Amino acid sequence: MIVQALAFYLFAAVAVASGVMVISARNPVHSVLFLILAFFNSAGLFVLMGAEFLAMILVVVYVGAVAVLFLFVVMMLDVNFAELRQGFLQYLPIGALIGIVLLAELVLVLGAWVIAPEAQSVAQAPVPSPDLVTNTEALGQIVYTRYAYLFQASGLVLLVAMIGAIVLTLRQRPGVRRQRIGDQVHRRREEVLAIRKVGTGEGV
Amino acid sequence: MTIALGHYLTVAAILFTLGIFGIFLNRKNVIIILMSLELMLLAVNINLVAFSTTLNDLVGQIFALFVLTVAAAEAAIGLAILVVYFRNRGTIAVTDINLMKG
Repeated sequence: MIVQALAFYLFAAVAVASGVMVISARNPVHSVLFLILAFFNSAGLFVLMGAEFLAMILVVVYVGAVAVLFLFVVMMLDVNFAELRQGFLQYLPIGALIGIVLLAELVLVLGAWVIAPEAQSVAQAPVPSPDLVTNTEALGQIVYTRYAYLFQASGLVLLVAMIGAIVLTLRQRPGVRRQRIGDQVHRRREEVLAIRKVGTGEGV
Repeated sequence: MTIALGHYLTVAAILFTLGIFGIFLNRKNVIIILMSLELMLLAVNINLVAFSTTLNDLVGQIFALFVLTVAAAEAAIGLAILVVYFRNRGTIAVTDINLMKG
């Protein structure tokens, strides 16, 4: 029990600290790296809660895809980030005010709520015993049967996102000489080569 | 000293507030704003999974999975728009994005 508590406080502290660094780091590359750290620690929290599959998906999807995408974009854009930081301190008071108000609201909610006694009995998909069925297997048994259509729809969302990103960023630059292999293969000797008889001293 | 639901909810609340704070703090930098959005979605996911494991209901984890999907799609599209915008205008400052002001 004590090990679990220590692990929780470690993961939570590092996640919150890296969250602070994400929004306050001077260099956006550092922000992305701290975002990755926050995701890793949240994955640790997920493991502590007993959702191993989501933890691994969080690492694979967020760290492996989204954060690397951010990293590529930050490094690709030639932007003066120091210029974008102007007004940082100007917005600090109003931002801090709204943040504190929101946090106070959330803390008030946390202090006041209780779980309804019948909540346990209305569970849509009760978690099977971890000794019999692993978390991944239990998720698969539900997501491929009862939520199959939603699963397909989420795949469609990803497909649309992929096509959209490609369409947006693909550009045809005029004036670029490319190798067109089809044209090269289709060349006939008659089109490109002509044999002429040149008389002596006349030239072509 | 057991770790209960309230602990996880507190962490999620702090992360969510940090996300909102980040949007206000970096009002000019779209990339940091997108990262703050990811942070807020992460906090939401922590909430979903915490309730799912506490109430013994797997649906919360499935919903978190779908939230993850939408977040990945949103990041891809947002960054693609950002790259196109940078190509056209040479800047990513939010205050300059007013072409469609009407």
